[in-house]
Amino acid sequence: MVDFNIFAVLTPEVALAAMALILLAIGLLIPPGARKGMMPLTAFSLIGILSYTLYDFYFGTKTSFMNGLYWHDQFALYFKVLFLAAALLVVLSSGGYIQKLPKYRGEFYSLILTATLGMMLMAGAGELITLYVGLELMTISFYILVAYLSEDARSSEAGIKYLVLGATSSAILLYGISLIYGLTGSTQLSEIASGLGATLTPTSFLATVFILAGLGFKISLVPFHLWAPDIYEGAPTPVTAFLAIASKAAAFAALIRVYLITMNSQSFSATGQTLLMVLAALTMIIGNLVAIPQKNIKRMLSYSSIAQAGYLMVGIIAESIPGVKGVLFYAMIYVFANMGAFAVATHISEKQGSDEIQDFAGLARRSPLAAVVMTASLLSLAGIPPLAGFVGKFYLFSAVMGQGYTAIAYIGFVMSMVSVYYYLSVVKVMFLGEGEGLPDIPVHGAVKFTMLFTMIITIAIGIYPTPLAQMAIAAAQSLVQ
Amino acid sequence: MSALPSGGSYLLPFILLAPLLAMFIIVFLPKEETKTIKIVAALGTFTSMVLSLYAFFAYNQAAGGMQFTLTIPWVPDLGVNLAFGVDGISLPMLLLTNLIGFSSIYASWNMEKRAKEFFALLLILITGVMGTFIARDLFIFFLFYEIVVIPIYIMVIIWGSTKRVSKEYAGMKLTIYLLIGSAFLLVGMVALYLAAAKQGHPTFMFDQLAARQNLYSAPFQKVAFGLMLFGFGSLISMFPFHSWSPDGYAGAPTAVSMIHAGVLKKIGGYGLIRLGIYVLPIGAKYWAPVIAVLAIANVLYAAFIALAQKDLKYVIGYSSVSHMGYVLIAIAALNPTAVGGAVAMMFAHGVMSALFFSMIGFIYEKTHTRNIPDLGGLAHQMPRLATGFIIAGMASLGLPSTINFISEFTIFMGTIKALPVQAILGIAGIIFTAVYTLRVIANVMFGPRRSEWDHLKDIKGAELVPLVVLGFVIFATGIFPNILFGLVNTGVTSSGLAKVLETVSQAKMGGLF
Repeated sequence: MVDFNIFAVLTPEVALAAMALILLAIGLLIPPGARKGMMPLTAFSLIGILSYTLYDFYFGTKTSFMNGLYWHDQFALYFKVLFLAAALLVVLSSGGYIQKLPKYRGEFYSLILTATLGMMLMAGAGELITLYVGLELMTISFYILVAYLSEDARSSEAGIKYLVLGATSSAILLYGISLIYGLTGSTQLSEIASGLGATLTPTSFLATVFILAGLGFKISLVPFHLWAPDIYEGAPTPVTAFLAIASKAAAFAALIRVYLITMNSQSFSATGQTLLMVLAALTMIIGNLVAIPQKNIKRMLSYSSIAQAGYLMVGIIAESIPGVKGVLFYAMIYVFANMGAFAVATHISEKQGSDEIQDFAGLARRSPLAAVVMTASLLSLAGIPPLAGFVGKFYLFSAVMGQGYTAIAYIGFVMSMVSVYYYLSVVKVMFLGEGEGLPDIPVHGAVKFTMLFTMIITIAIGIYPTPLAQMAIAAAQSLVQ
Repeated sequence: MSALPSGGSYLLPFILLAPLLAMFIIVFLPKEETKTIKIVAALGTFTSMVLSLYAFFAYNQAAGGMQFTLTIPWVPDLGVNLAFGVDGISLPMLLLTNLIGFSSIYASWNMEKRAKEFFALLLILITGVMGTFIARDLFIFFLFYEIVVIPIYIMVIIWGSTKRVSKEYAGMKLTIYLLIGSAFLLVGMVALYLAAAKQGHPTFMFDQLAARQNLYSAPFQKVAFGLMLFGFGSLISMFPFHSWSPDGYAGAPTAVSMIHAGVLKKIGGYGLIRLGIYVLPIGAKYWAPVIAVLAIANVLYAAFIALAQKDLKYVIGYSSVSHMGYVLIAIAALNPTAVGGAVAMMFAHGVMSALFFSMIGFIYEKTHTRNIPDLGGLAHQMPRLATGFIIAGMASLGLPSTINFISEFTIFMGTIKALPVQAILGIAGIIFTAVYTLRVIANVMFGPRRSEWDHLKDIKGAELVPLVVLGFVIFATGIFPNILFGLVNTGVTSSGLAKVLETVSQAKMGGLF
């Protein structure tokens, strides 16, 4: 029996689905020349849903329904806020970019919304099939979005690659789910946990590794990361941003719930811990080292996002409330830091038609705001105080050290200092080069707002992290209950 | 001090925020108005300097301990407090920062290239360094420390100079060295934090970390101190982690060299005292023999290399590495006299090296060379500049009546009992210092008048500020050392350091050798 209004709880999801359909219809009805209003329309609806979700986070009913099929707890709501914020920033920063596309403008926003809806389902899913449905909704939207520049061979290539590899990873995930179902007769996370028991059998081991691989693909955990650079490079820049930020966070949401609720009870804990630790270390090391020689900003950011996934994994390894809190906190600031960097990259890509780092030359003179925002974002990703990234890394690594795993924290700290090298090389190009022959490209309107907003948030959270930290603690505690 | 309603003094936040406020004003000034920008920057740093002078003289030496304190809970779940305060160890450092910060603005008075960005970054740099010295919370300390790294990098690559190594290389080398060092520091810091949090509320406050010493086992202290030694050691250019320092100084613009050699480096020594000795005394005891040996390597090795340098900035760069050896020996001696000497030495060296770098900056600005064989007889054309250069040189070799002499003397007084061999070797180092310093002075300032320098104008007006301010401080504190030592001694005695050191020296720890 449900003793509450199910639609009240699901309002954000319903509103998002409705909005996606409405945008699709509007795109069909309105003549191509008059579609300028679609971006503001999407943005305002996202703002509305976002504010409702924020309200819900603090004051709404927290519950789960249909025997734990779908959770409406602060953990899910935290991630929903994150996805909606990411979607909003992507939409705001992509107005000009999309305006330049010859056709299919309306569908773009509609697809962003469906992808967001998929992520929200993943965050709330308390059951593996729901999780899978959410994941596929997100991924299929992304297949289309990645290949959105239909005239561009690289974009189409990226789309095909993502489709093939993504389908394979989904198959592996599904296989893992079916093994779990075979073992326990349930797809409910809580029932799986009791069904699997404490003994580790070869089958349960295989199943957990398969699920880890399926989600690891979305997270771009080494060794499942090889798709990321090519696809990030080929996709339209706003899509790359959304892919790198939100889809990764969604997979983390799912991984935390699945890993901490089901796998934790097993003796898999010990071996899985080691496995995850090795993978996290590899992810941090490979991501950071391979990022160093990159010449293309999107490739560089994609390797950097692989490395960031490694940092986030560290928090999961800690298997504690501080650890989950660290992941939540870092995921949120990662949105703002990365979004700032991608907003600048989108802006450059739109105005200069290039993603090469050398074309950022003299940006400090040609567009001071963009250069400052890029610097702040990159340094936050590198974890330099007083920017938010530092506090985030501090939460993550202190959580894992608190559990006695010092070695991984060492690797994390050292690799994040190594990362400063390649982040600074972008800063160097922007500030040192004169950029002769390149145009002045001041930023205006929504893009300017996005850039300023991400930078202010990045600095503000870095200096005074308490409000976000409290949100993250509340969310982490709601998961454990 | 003045009891404010919230139970704190806002003096230190004001000192901290004055340059930051100036920075914000500069951001909104048009970039053509370089004169206004410089005046605003000078006003900001002047305010800080005057206020810190006030703090210096208003500090109640009889009471001792942390004064002008202000504590605001900042991140409750981590136990971070925005806590400021100064004692006899940090107050000289704060004053030093502001003296050098103020002079560095004037040393860059002729800067016209992208002046707006330059002065904005310089002010951030000064604020960051100041913050580390007034923080009473490890987290805040670290936060401020890392703030300085990035402005330095940008300043080196834009306004630096390419000589033996390119400025991009120098900037990156400096940054990476400091960041890798700080990565180890961070691990040590987190380990310490977690160890302290085993009992009571988690905290980052220095005094509480020190008060919970019984929670740190001896093996833990050894490891944690080792990590901090690596981090702070790279910062204070301890051998063999010193090589960033000469390259970095040579590549950096004058103001950055001044601040970097003058105060930033001292964060390493300050950290070793404040965090190393106070909080982890057993670890300090364990590592002291290693520090002492490396310190001698600093003193002698760097002095020898300085002898062979042709570039003026490299000479001073290596000389500063060499002088940091004295600070490290004093720390390794682990007794109150020596630690007091270390603090005084950091102050003395800061003033001296800032004066040296500012004079070299003017020489380079006017002659466009720093190559010693190309220079000569500059005292004929520029007597005032020569005066500053010679004052700095005399202070560098520890001439009596300069503060440097008294600091070195105190260090050796404190060291000779604990580490006789190292102390004697260290004294021998002074001879080499004298050799290279006098050689530089003779070759650059004296010798026959050279007609190619006849068109050069002596330093005048605003350019004289560094000479007057820093030169005055060298002699004032040198002739009346009690101005400085009174304060430093309170810092060492009243803060319980003496007691800490006594227990440590009684503990039969052995050490590595």
